[in-house]
Amino acid sequence: MSTVPDYAPESKTAQDRKGAPLPTPTPAPGPKLRATNVNFFYGTFQALYDISLDMQEHLVTALIGPSGCGKSTFLRNLNRINDTVRNSRMEGKILLDNEDVREVDVTNLRRRVGMVFQRPNPFPKSIFENIAYGLKINGMAKRSEMRDKVERSLRRAALWDEVKDKLHESAYALSGGQQQRLCIARALAVNPEVLLLDEPCSALDPVSTAKIEELMLQLRSSCTVAIVTHNMQQAARVSDVTAFLLEGKLIECRPTAQLFTNPADPRTEAYITGRFG
Amino acid sequence: MATPLVVETPVIRRQTQAGDIVARWVVTVFAASILFVTALLVYQLWTGSAPSRLKSGFGFLTSTQWNPVTEEFGALPFIYGTVLTSVLALLISVPLGLGAAIYLAELAPARLSDALTFLVELLAAIPSVIYGVLAIFAVVPLMRSHVEPFLKSSLGFLPLFKGPSLGVGFLTAGVVLSIMTVPYIVSVSRESLLAVPREQREAALALGATRWEMVWQVVVPYAKLGIFGSIFLSLARALGETMAVTMVIGNDPKIRASLLAPGYSIAAVIANEFSEATGATYQAALVELGLILFVLTIIINAVARLMIAATTRKGSKRS
Repeated sequence: MSTVPDYAPESKTAQDRKGAPLPTPTPAPGPKLRATNVNFFYGTFQALYDISLDMQEHLVTALIGPSGCGKSTFLRNLNRINDTVRNSRMEGKILLDNEDVREVDVTNLRRRVGMVFQRPNPFPKSIFENIAYGLKINGMAKRSEMRDKVERSLRRAALWDEVKDKLHESAYALSGGQQQRLCIARALAVNPEVLLLDEPCSALDPVSTAKIEELMLQLRSSCTVAIVTHNMQQAARVSDVTAFLLEGKLIECRPTAQLFTNPADPRTEAYITGRFG
Repeated sequence: MATPLVVETPVIRRQTQAGDIVARWVVTVFAASILFVTALLVYQLWTGSAPSRLKSGFGFLTSTQWNPVTEEFGALPFIYGTVLTSVLALLISVPLGLGAAIYLAELAPARLSDALTFLVELLAAIPSVIYGVLAIFAVVPLMRSHVEPFLKSSLGFLPLFKGPSLGVGFLTAGVVLSIMTVPYIVSVSRESLLAVPREQREAALALGATRWEMVWQVVVPYAKLGIFGSIFLSLARALGETMAVTMVIGNDPKIRASLLAPGYSIAAVIANEFSEATGATYQAALVELGLILFVLTIIINAVARLMIAATTRKGSKRS
């Protein structure tokens, strides 16, 4: 797939919503995303303890761990979507291209860091309108370009052939797997630099899951991907780096092949061999 | 293995079935009573209005004369007054109520929202005669000495705002009705906004939507069925509201273009004149007005349902 040349130049010419040119992604010396000593609280409950983790550009990073270990919470801090949770509080620093995510404009941050959720959540609009929405609010396409951009996003999410004849039908008419790919297409439409996937396949059948996994491998060429998953085989199949979290703490983070074949921590070994969690 | 099961099952089934049958009949009768009451209502309105219907025919709907002394009865001024005041009320209460609902559901801090919602629900429960009193002592003087002179001086070139400032009339009735219907819109719309799933909000925010874009472009459209519902509930209340309207509309059966002029509504004329309606035709004419109000309500509800069906068909089916 020749997706890279199609999309890479676009992000440089795109205008942000205030009309100023987007900062061109400078070849940062550091990682794409860097979390340093992140603590997170829901009220008085501490969900994350002192997590430091780097995500390199163009790699897929998987976050694994048992339910309630904080992997989704961590992911949801990267685009500050957890800001909307009442009484929540984050300490520490998260840097995107060496910029503190809490110091940049939050809408622009979320445009750059896209997210796909656990359950498919298309808007109650047509397939076309679902994709066009992000383009519209970010002022990223003229009317005449809209169709092209919608088509490109759907192609990137490997959904175009299945929906090209019913773009103006309700998104709810699609199957669960198609809806989830629609949500991925919707996120991709605004050219995110990072894509966060929060257990994107947990509600899907194996065939849809396979399609989405294949997609993730392709996406690596155009974005940095972080995926939370319960499924260790999935992490092994799609990721370059895997981080294992337990009870809000980062136990270890290493290249996927190493982590699964030769874990450094006995707790990691216990988890990946299925002795708990 | 199977034998004991076969012996036991009929006993259990017979007991459940007896209870089921009784329950089934009881609820069926309850449900049928609704149908019975509706049928009885239609029958009463139909037969009670017979003398008037036979005398005036369809002319009743189009005549603008209402003169009990000469036994001339025409419904048009009342239909006009009812529809006009209800439309005015919605023009004011829909933006106001929806705005307040959005604030309470999306923007207000939780504690403030709870307190205000409690007050709003209290407002919805106040008897309409209280609103009537409030209207006479507060709204009418305000309209007469401030709002109406202002409208005349600024928009007086329109036929809508001509004539003396009486304080009572279509506009005042519309304002009072809007005050009475806002609590319904706020309360029901707020519930529907709160019922929008968190995933929808997060989907919008994750794409870079601002809070207001999320609310206005995603949350409100998702809740539109409930919001429409609240509007039609309000419209039904406005059409049938009797007491408060009677107190401020002016009670003059005339069709006038000016919103400042006095008028009359169907509910108001029935309440005012029924006890003193002498003569079979007079009484029957009032019953026929009741029939018209009933039909009007049905038509508006039907149109509402069609509108909802039309707006939800395209691209917004809920699975």
